[in-house]
Amino acid sequence: MSVESIFPRLEALLPKVQKPIQYVGGELNSTVKDWDTADVRWALMYPDAYEVGLPNQGVAILYEILNELPGTLAERTYAVWPDLEKLMRAEGVPQFTVDGHRPVRAFDVLGVSFSTELGYTNMLTALDLAGIPLRAADRGDDDPIVLAGGHAAFNPEPIADFLDAAVLGDGEQISIAISEVVREWKAEGRPGGRDELLMRLAESGGVYVPKFYDVEYHADGRIKRVAPNRADVPWRVHKHTVMDLDEWPYPKKPLVPLAETVHERFSVEIFRGCTRGCRFCQAGMITRPVRERSITTIGAMVDNGIKESGFNEVGLLSLSSADHSEIADVAKGLADRYEGTNTSLSLPSTRVDAFNIDLANEFSRNGRRSGLTFAPEGGSERMRKVINKMVTEEDLIRTVTAAYSQGWRQVKLYFMCGLPTEEDEDVLGIADLAKKVIQAGRDATGSRDIRCTVSIGGFVPKPHTPFQWAGQADHETVDRRLKALRDNLRGDKRYGRAIGFRYHDGKPSIVEGLLSRGDRRVGAVIRAVWENGGRFDGWSEHFSYERWMAAAEQAGVDVGWYTTREREENEVLPWDHLDAGLDREWLWQDWQEAVSGAEVEDCRWTPCYDCGVCPTMGTEIQIGPTGRKLLPLTVV
Amino acid sequence: MQRLRVRYAKRGRLRFTSHRDISRAVERAVRRAGIPVAFSAGFSPHPKISYAGAAPTGVASEAEYLEIGVTTPCDPGQVRQTLDESLPTGLDVLDVVEAGPGGLADRLEVSDWEVRLPGADREFAGVAVEKFLAAGTVEVERLTKKGLRRFDAREAVLGLTVSEGSDRTAAQVQGGPCVILRMVVRHMTPAVRPDDVLTGLRLVADFAPPVPPEVTRLAQGPLDASTGALADPLDLDRDITRGGEAGPAGEHVAG
Repeated sequence: MSVESIFPRLEALLPKVQKPIQYVGGELNSTVKDWDTADVRWALMYPDAYEVGLPNQGVAILYEILNELPGTLAERTYAVWPDLEKLMRAEGVPQFTVDGHRPVRAFDVLGVSFSTELGYTNMLTALDLAGIPLRAADRGDDDPIVLAGGHAAFNPEPIADFLDAAVLGDGEQISIAISEVVREWKAEGRPGGRDELLMRLAESGGVYVPKFYDVEYHADGRIKRVAPNRADVPWRVHKHTVMDLDEWPYPKKPLVPLAETVHERFSVEIFRGCTRGCRFCQAGMITRPVRERSITTIGAMVDNGIKESGFNEVGLLSLSSADHSEIADVAKGLADRYEGTNTSLSLPSTRVDAFNIDLANEFSRNGRRSGLTFAPEGGSERMRKVINKMVTEEDLIRTVTAAYSQGWRQVKLYFMCGLPTEEDEDVLGIADLAKKVIQAGRDATGSRDIRCTVSIGGFVPKPHTPFQWAGQADHETVDRRLKALRDNLRGDKRYGRAIGFRYHDGKPSIVEGLLSRGDRRVGAVIRAVWENGGRFDGWSEHFSYERWMAAAEQAGVDVGWYTTREREENEVLPWDHLDAGLDREWLWQDWQEAVSGAEVEDCRWTPCYDCGVCPTMGTEIQIGPTGRKLLPLTVV
Repeated sequence: MQRLRVRYAKRGRLRFTSHRDISRAVERAVRRAGIPVAFSAGFSPHPKISYAGAAPTGVASEAEYLEIGVTTPCDPGQVRQTLDESLPTGLDVLDVVEAGPGGLADRLEVSDWEVRLPGADREFAGVAVEKFLAAGTVEVERLTKKGLRRFDAREAVLGLTVSEGSDRTAAQVQGGPCVILRMVVRHMTPAVRPDDVLTGLRLVADFAPPVPPEVTRLAQGPLDASTGALADPLDLDRDITRGGEAGPAGEHVAG
C-alpha cells in the first residue's frame, strides 16, 4: 500500500511561514525512492532546524548508505519552526519527510541523531506531530521503532521513556544490520509484534532497548543496579566501530541545499577518533581508536564531492585535523590541485601544538587569510594539566607570532569556564594569555592592527569521560568568573580594545549538565518542559532556564544532585551498562590524576592499551603515513 | 569578456526559493557545469553573475533573467543544456543568448502575471476588477524593508482581466474551479506586485480570496509601443549576434 504525499496540504501553509524553502526538499543529490520498492523504510531525523540539520555528516552518510541498500529507503525529517508547527496543528498536517513528504508515522524506523542533548524537546514535538505516542510503552505495531544515535545516545537514559532503542557509535554497519533484522521480521509476517522485533535487536548486543532493562534505586536516590529483565538480553550493550574508513567513502553524493545552512561546504572526515586524551572531551573518549582515511581516498572524495556539489569550500573534518599523519601532503596536494579555481580549504579543528605555519599557508593559498582559531581551553598551565590539554604558553605565543607575521590579523581563542579544580585566578589567566597574544602580534608586525577574540563557555561534565564523576560548577560561580574576566579585559587600556570577548552565561550549561548525566527520572522534566512550550533549546532566543527549573520542581527532580554533586568511585552511573570500550578503572584513575595535575600521553605515538578500548572492541589504531602523494587531476 | 543572458523558470515547489537561495544555487550549478565564469578581483572574489528583476519568494516564474560573465567564449546552446542539467529540477533554463549592447535590466519594463485564486467567486472578482480599473488611484500599504510604505497600485496596472480555469495544483481546493486574474504591470518604484493589486481589490470592493493565491510571472520585457504587446527582451541580443541571419544559429541555408 502506497503512502500519499502530504505536500499539497503543506504547500497551502508555506506562504505563511518564514523560509518556506527549508520544507520543500528537492535538493541536488537527494533521493526519493518508490515507496513500494522498499520493504524497510527509515525516516532519519536531525532534531534541529533544517539549516543546522542538513549539513550534519552523520545523517547524510546514513541517508546515502541506506538508500544504496536494495529494498531499503531513507528520507530526512527536521524540526519545524514554531510558526509552521502551529499551522500544522491547526490543519492536522503530520510531521513529514522533506524528500517524499510522507508522514513520519508510516515509516518502519525513525532514527534520530543527537549531537547534543538540547534536541530532546524537538524530538518530542516531532513524535507528537507525527501522531506517534510520546511514551514508547504506549506505542503499537503501526508505530515506527524510535531509535536514537549520535554522541548523546551514549547516555540515552533521560529519554529512555521516549525511545524504543538506541545505538552507540558509528552507524554505517549497524544501520544496515538493523535494516536486515527489520526486513526478516516483516517478511515472516511480523511474528510477536513490536516486542519481538525489539527483542531480536536487543539480543544482538548491538542495540540498546531501554524497556528490557530495569533500574533499581537506593533510598538516597543513587542507582542500585541496572539489569536486564528478560533472558537473552545482554547485561551490557557495546558501541560500534567502523574499521577502514577507506571502505566507506561517504558522502559520495553530497546534499546541496537550496536554503542557506550553517555550513556551506563539502566536508570530508579525514579521520575518526582522537587519542589526545583531553579529559573533558566526550568525543575523544567515545570515538577511540584513531582511524585515518588515507591521503588518496581523501583526494578522491574531495574531487568527487566538488564535482557533485559545486561547493567552493572544502572542510577537512576530524576532532583535531592537523593530527592526520599526512596532513602536510594532503594540504599541499589539494592546494596544488585547486590553485586558481577559487576553491578554499578549511581545517575546522586544529591544535596549537600540531599547527604549523606552512600548513596554514597551504590552506589559505586559494582562499582568504581571515582568521585562525585555537582552543587552549584552560587559562593557566595548571588548568591545562588538569584537563590534559597540554598546550604550553610558549607553543601558543610561538604559533600566533608566526601567524601574525605571515599576514593573519585575527586569532580566535576558545576556553572553558567551570573546569574541575578551577579557581578564579585560572580564569583570569585567560586575560593574561590574550594580552600576551596581542603583544606578540604587535612585536611581530610592528602594527597595532592586531585582533584576538576570546570565546568562552561553561564546562559540562560528560558521561564516559574521566570527568563523569566531577561536580559541575554552579552557574553563579561560572557567571562570576566570566564577569571578572570581562571586567579585566575591558578595563585594560593597552590591550582591552584589541581583544574581543564572547561568552555564554552559565545557566544553559546547567540544563545541559542535567540532561548529559541524567537518568530515567529526568525524562519527566523533559516532558514537562516540552508540555510547557519548550522547543529549540539549543537556540538562546527559545531557551528558557526558568522553564527547565520549574519543570524540574514539578517533577520532583533536584537539579543540583544531578549537576553540581561530585560522585563517588563506586556509585552506579546511569550509563554504566552502556559500553564505550573504556575501562572504568582507567577512567577513575585518570580522574584522580587530573586532580593532581598528572598528564597522559597520546597512545598514537606511544603504544598503550590502558584505556581498554582496543582490547575490548577488537579494534586497532589505523594511521599512516602511506607515503603516497596527491597527483594533479587530469584535465578533461 | 563574453556575457551570456539566461532566461530561466522557477517552478512548482522551487517557487519558495528566495533571491539569495537562487544565487547560491546558480553559483554552484555554474561550477558543476564547468562554465568558465569570470570572478571579480579583490580580497573576496565573487563570480560575475548578475540578476535582473527577481520574482518574490513564493511566486513562480516562467521569465527570470540573469547574466553570466565568462572568461572564454561559450556556445549559448551548450550553456543552456549544461546549466539546466546542473540546476535542481524546478529551476529550469529556458533560453541563453550572447549579450549584445545595452543593459538587460532596462528592457524589463513590464511583467505579465497570472494569479490563480482557488475557491474565489468569479462574479465577485469581475466586479472588483471593474471597480479597480475605474478608479483613478488605489492607495495601498505594504511593509517593506524601509518600513510601511503607502503608494498607488493603480497607475502601474496596464491590463487586468478575469477568467476561469481549474486549479492547476489542486492544492487547496481539490478539482474545484479557480478564478484566474491576468495582470500586466509596469515596473515602477516602489514596485507594484500582484499582491499589491490584490490588496487594491480588497480595498475597492472588499474582494478577498479564501486561500493564498498562486502567482506566476509569465513574461517580462519591453512593451512594444505600437502593438502594446510584451516583447521577448532577448530578441534584441539575438538580432545583433546573429547579424540578422534567419533560422537557428549555426544553420547554413544553401542557395
